[in-house]
Amino acid sequence: MTYRLGVDVGGTFTDLLLFNQSTGAFWRNKTPSTPHDSSEGILNGVTAICEKAGIAPSDVEFFLHGTTVATNAVLEGKGARVGLITTDGYRQVMQIARSFVPGGLAGWIVWPKPVPLAALEDTIEVRGRMDAQGNEIAPLDEAQVRQALTTLRDSGIEALTISLINAYLHGAHEARIAELAAEIMPDIPLSLSHLVLPEMQEYERTLTTVANAAVRPVVGKYVRNLRDRLRGAGMAGSLSLLRSDGGLMSSEKSEEHPVSLLMSGPAGGVTGAIWVGRNAGIRNILTLDVGGTSTDVALIENLEARRQRTTEVGHLSVRASALDVKTVGAGGGSIAYVPELTGALRVGPQSAGAVPGPVAYSKGGTLPTVTDANVVLGYLPENLLGGTFKLDREGAKKAVQTIADALGIGLMEAARGIIDIVNENMFGALRMISVQQGYDPRDFAVMGFGGAGPLHVNAVARLMGSWPAVSPVSPGVLCALGDATTRMRTETARSFSRRVDQTDEAEVLALLDDMAAQTRAELTAEGIAEADVTSQFELDIRYEGQAFEVPLSIDAEVLRRDGLQGVTARFDAEHLRLFTFNMDSAHELVNLRAVAMGPALDLPAQKLEAGNGDPVAAKLRDHELWADGAMVPAVIYDRAKLRAGDIIPGPAIVTEMDSTTLIEAGCTGAVDAVGNILINPN
Amino acid sequence: MPAQIIQANQTPFNAVPVDPVTLDIIENALRNARIEMDATLVRTAMSPGIREQGDAFPLIADHTGKMIVGQFGSYIGPFLDGFDGTVEDGDLIFLSDPYSVQGAISHSNDWLVLLPVFKDGRLIAYTSMFGHQSDIGGMVPGSMPIHATSIFQEGVRIPPVKIWKQGVYNDDLIRLVMHQTRTPDWCKADLNALIASCRVAARRVIEMAARFGDDVFTSATTLLLERNHRAMKQLIASSISEEPVTFEDYICDDGMGYGPYKIKCTMWRENGRVVLDFAGTDPQSRASINMLLNENMMRMFFGIYMIMIFDPQILFNDGYYDLIDVRIPEGSLLKPKFPAALSGRTHVLGRLFDILGGLLGQKTPEFLNAAGFSSSPHLFYAGTDSQGKWFQLFQIGFGGIPGRPLGDGPDGHSLFPGFTNVPNEFLERYFPLVIERYETVADSGGAGLHRGGNGIDMVYRFLEAGTIAIHDDRWFVPPWGVNGGEPGARARKVLIKADGTQIVVGNKIEDYPVEPGDRLHFITWGGGGWGDPLDRDPALLAKELAQGLVTEQGALRYGVVLNNGAVDAPATEALRAKMRAERGDTGVFNFGPDLETLRANCLAETGLPAPIPPRWANA
Repeated sequence: MTYRLGVDVGGTFTDLLLFNQSTGAFWRNKTPSTPHDSSEGILNGVTAICEKAGIAPSDVEFFLHGTTVATNAVLEGKGARVGLITTDGYRQVMQIARSFVPGGLAGWIVWPKPVPLAALEDTIEVRGRMDAQGNEIAPLDEAQVRQALTTLRDSGIEALTISLINAYLHGAHEARIAELAAEIMPDIPLSLSHLVLPEMQEYERTLTTVANAAVRPVVGKYVRNLRDRLRGAGMAGSLSLLRSDGGLMSSEKSEEHPVSLLMSGPAGGVTGAIWVGRNAGIRNILTLDVGGTSTDVALIENLEARRQRTTEVGHLSVRASALDVKTVGAGGGSIAYVPELTGALRVGPQSAGAVPGPVAYSKGGTLPTVTDANVVLGYLPENLLGGTFKLDREGAKKAVQTIADALGIGLMEAARGIIDIVNENMFGALRMISVQQGYDPRDFAVMGFGGAGPLHVNAVARLMGSWPAVSPVSPGVLCALGDATTRMRTETARSFSRRVDQTDEAEVLALLDDMAAQTRAELTAEGIAEADVTSQFELDIRYEGQAFEVPLSIDAEVLRRDGLQGVTARFDAEHLRLFTFNMDSAHELVNLRAVAMGPALDLPAQKLEAGNGDPVAAKLRDHELWADGAMVPAVIYDRAKLRAGDIIPGPAIVTEMDSTTLIEAGCTGAVDAVGNILINPN
Repeated sequence: MPAQIIQANQTPFNAVPVDPVTLDIIENALRNARIEMDATLVRTAMSPGIREQGDAFPLIADHTGKMIVGQFGSYIGPFLDGFDGTVEDGDLIFLSDPYSVQGAISHSNDWLVLLPVFKDGRLIAYTSMFGHQSDIGGMVPGSMPIHATSIFQEGVRIPPVKIWKQGVYNDDLIRLVMHQTRTPDWCKADLNALIASCRVAARRVIEMAARFGDDVFTSATTLLLERNHRAMKQLIASSISEEPVTFEDYICDDGMGYGPYKIKCTMWRENGRVVLDFAGTDPQSRASINMLLNENMMRMFFGIYMIMIFDPQILFNDGYYDLIDVRIPEGSLLKPKFPAALSGRTHVLGRLFDILGGLLGQKTPEFLNAAGFSSSPHLFYAGTDSQGKWFQLFQIGFGGIPGRPLGDGPDGHSLFPGFTNVPNEFLERYFPLVIERYETVADSGGAGLHRGGNGIDMVYRFLEAGTIAIHDDRWFVPPWGVNGGEPGARARKVLIKADGTQIVVGNKIEDYPVEPGDRLHFITWGGGGWGDPLDRDPALLAKELAQGLVTEQGALRYGVVLNNGAVDAPATEALRAKMRAERGDTGVFNFGPDLETLRANCLAETGLPAPIPPRWANA
C-alpha cells in the first residue's frame, strides 16, 4: 500500500486528503489552522486522518504540500531584510521601477506608492560593466565591492541579492561578487540574478531575485521546522511542495528557489481540478475557486492548465512560471453597497472577511454580503447538515433590506441583484482567461470548488454557455487533492533574442539539450529514475519588434522533425487566434526554456456505489428558494448518501460537510461514477 | 455637411426600462472590453513608444458617438459634424489631421482609427483608438520639428479616409501613407494593432447586445450617460463656486528663442454649469508648441480631475458634457489658425493639468496638489550606423510627481496614465548606446511636508554618430509648490563631449549632431512640494540622506541640520525657529521668483540665455 497525503494550509482551515495510491480510496479531514506555527495544525490533521484510515504516519510515503507562506511573507511585508548590489548608476532600479502609475488620467493623485522590496538604504552600486552583447566594458572594482559588502553586512541585512546590468548575458561579475560575499558574510543567503532569472529587463530580473531573497529565510525556516516535526511524528516519506506552476519540487529545492512558491496555494485547486476532470472524462475545464474574499479562475485545455511567465502577488509582478490564475475580489464575504452619487449597485472588492464576516454568521458582521444574499434567497439553508453551524436568516434579511431600500426595489430582487452582480464579476474573470485568449467557452465545462464555488457554478455556467457545471467530489478540499495528485516539475530558462532567420537550428538544439540535461539531472538527484523523466521545451516567439512573446511548447522529437520553421508556423496560427491578424515581419526567438517532469501518476478515483437513478434516499427535507422571480419548492439532499447515476432535478440543494451545491430551476444534476455532480440545462 | 449614416435597417432603437443590476453589468462589461483593447494593443504594437510606453488611447462610444468608456473623451461627435462622407457597415475610418476633427487628436503623429459597429444592419456603437506613431515623415526624424512654422512641415496629414470601405480593403491608400514614413515597419504594426483593438471591442459590443437585446443595450448606454450627468451636476453644485477663480501658468519657450507663453483660465459656476474661459491666454506661436484644444477633451479633463480630487469612486463618461462651457479665444495658443504647426503640443497638454489642479484646489487647499504634470520630455536619436543600418529612437522620459495631500510625490514616475519606461537593457540591445546612469537627482523635488518627487538624470553614451532632438519644458519657469511647499527643481540637459567639454544644450532643440563617446545628461524636473517643509519629520530627512534622495545641504531647506547622517536636534530646532521668524506668510501657491528675476538670473542659473518675450503683430 502506498499512501500520498496532500495538505493545504489556508487562513482558517488546514485541509488534508489521504490517498491510497493503489485503490483510489481517500479520506479527508479539515482542522483549524494554527497561524503561529502551521505545523501544529498540520500534525493535528495528520494524526486525525491516519486514525480515520487506520494507518500509521510512517505508512505515508509522500507528503505533498501547498503553502501560502511565501505569498504571505510578501503580502504582509514579513520577508527578510534584503541587501542589494547593483551596477554603478542603477542604485534606484527598485525605487524608479517601471515609472508606472496605475489608474487612469490623474490616477497619481490617489496612488500610494509601495515601498520597494529591497530598501534603497540597503542598496549599493558597484563599478564594473557588461555591454548588451555580454562583453566586459569595465572591470569589476573589487576593492569597492568588498567595501559595499562589509557595509551591508554591518547594517544587519538578512539576505543578499546581486543584480547587475546585462548579467543575463554574462554572469561573471555577479559570480565574483558572490565569492567575495561568501568570504565577507558567510551566513547570509545569496540570490544572483543571472541564476534566478537569466532574462532581459533589469527591473523585472532584479525584482524577481530580490523577491527570492526576501522569502528565502522565511520559507527555509518553515520547511525545516515542518520537516523536523513530521520526522518527529514518525513520518519518513519524502516532503515536496507545490510550485506556482502546478508541479512539485523537493522541500530542499524550494528552500533555494522559494520564488517558485508564490502562487502555490491557488495552483493546488487547479491541479485538483485536472485530476477530477481526468476521472470524470472532462478534458476542457474552467475552474472557479470561490473563497471568502476572492475568486480564482483558470483554464485547463486537454487536461493541461495554461501557464504564464509572471506571478502576480499584491502589487508585484514577479517573473516566475505560474499557472495562469486570475483573481477577482468577489467571494462569499464581498460587501454590497450603493454609492450615493451614482445610485449603482456595487459588490466588492471590499470584504467582510472571516471577521466580522457575513451577517448570517453572527460573528459581528453588519454589512450585507454575498453569503447573506444567498441565505435570503434560500440557496444556503439555515440548518446545515449536522446543525453545528446555524445561519441567522433574519439578520441577513435586515442587512440586504438596506440595499433594497437604496435601490427602491424588493428584498428578494435586491438579494438576487447582489448574486447576479457577483456572478457577473466571476463571469468577467472567466472571460479574461477564455474568450479574450481566443477560446470558445462552449468547449469547456466549469468546475466550482472552494467553500462557495458549487453554489455559484450553475449560474456562471449559464452565463458562459459552458456545460456541464461540475461540483466535484470533496469541493472543499480540492486543493489538498491537487497537492496529492500532481507530479514533479522543474525548469530552466535562457534569453536568446535573435531573429529566427539568422539562427542556426543546430545551435538552438544543442543549447536546449544542454538545458534539458541540467533539468533532468535535478530530478534524478531527487531520486526519480532517469527513464521516468519527461523533457519538454518551450520557445518564446514574437514578431521582431513586438513586446509580447507567445510561448510554444514542443518536445525534442517534433522540434528535430519540423525544425524552427514548424515553430514559426505554429506561432503564426497562435497569433491569429489571439489577435486576429498575422504580419510579414521576421520572427524573433526570444527565450528558451527546458522543462523536466517526473512520472505522471495514474491515480484512479474510487467508484461510487451505483444507485437506481432516484436520489430519494439522500433526501433530507423539502425546501423553498427564489427562482425566476418567485419562491418555488425545492429539495435538500445529503451528498454522502447520493449514489452513482442519481438524477437530481432542479431546483435542489446538495449539502455536505464543508460545501453546498445549488442546482438551479431548469437544470438537472447527474451523479457520475465517482461522485461528481454534473449539472446540465434541461 | 455632417456625415451620412447608411443603415440597411432603419428601425430606430426603442427606449426600454433597464433594471439597475443589468445596467451595472453592462457598464462592467464595457469597461472590461476597454481593458481588452489596451491589452491587445500592447501585445501587438511594435514601436517602443506604444509597446513599451503605452502612448495610445481607446474608447467605446454609443451609436450617437458619445463616449461610454475611455480616457480622453469622445471626438466622434465633432468628427461626424465635419465629415463629408458616409458611415456604412464594413467601413473603417482612418485619420490624423487635427484640423479635420477640431483638435480631437492634437498632432499628426497620432493615428486614429474609428470603427462604426453595425448589428443586423443598424449602427449600434463605435469603437476607436489612437496611438502615437514614431515617425510620419516630415523635416526631422520623429516628425515633431519644434521649429516648424506650418503643419505642412510635420509629415503626412491624413484626412478622414476609409481603410475599409464596405468591407473592401484599400491597399493603395496604406502603401501611399507608409511611403511617407521613415519607420514603415513600426507604423504598419502599430496601425494593425490599433485596428485589432477596435475589432476586439466591436465583437464584445455585439455579443453584449445579443445577450441583453439591442434595445436594452442602447437604452443602458443612454442611462449610463444620464447617471454621470446627475453625479456631475451634484458635484459641480457642491464644489465649484459662483465667484470666478483664475489661474495662469507658462510654457517656458517655443524652441525659437521666445517665451514664456502664458495660459490663463478663469472658472466659475453659472446656472448650474461650469464655465472654463481661457481669455487672456497668449496668441498662437509661430513655432510648433501650439495645441489645438478640443472643447470635449477639455470637458473630459475637467471631469476626471473633479472626480480624482473630490470623489475617486465615480466612473466617467461623456454624459455631463453639456454642464461644462469651454471658451477658447480664436488664434490663441489653444486655438491656433490653420496651418499653424502643432507637433510640439505636448508641453501645453501637460500644463493644462497643472492649471486644472490649480483652479480646482484654490478654494479648497486641502485638496490641492503641487505642480509637476509639467512635461512629457522627448528624446530623439537617429542616424545611420557603421553597418549602414538606419536607427531611430524616440523615447519619453519622466520626472518628479508633485507633493500631494496623500503624501510625497513618487520619484521619477509617470503622470500620464499607462506609461512605463523602456528597460535600459532593451535600449542597449537594440540601439547604439549605453545608459550609464538612470537615477533620480537628490534635492530636485520641492521641499514640503510632503516633498515633490525627484526628477531623473539619465545618462546616454552614444556609440554612433547621429543627430539628437530634445523636447522638454519647465526649464525656465519652475513647477510650483502649494500650502507652504517649495517649487521643484527645473529641467536641464548637458552634453559632455569625449574630451570632457561640457555644453549646456537647450531643452527644445532639433538636429543636434552627436559623436561616438558623447554623453548626454537628460535631467528632468522635480515635482513641487506640498505643505510646510518645516513640519516634515526630521528623521525622514536622515533616512532620505542615507537613501541618496536628499543631501545635507538640501535638508537645510526643511530647517533640518544633519551631522554625519544623524539629526542634530537642537540645531534643527534653532534653525526652524529662525526660518519661521524670517519668512513671511507662505500663501497657497509658491511660484518661485517672478518672471523678471528669472530672466535676470537665467544664464547664471541654467546656463542658457533667457527667452525673449514673444511679440505679436496684432497684440
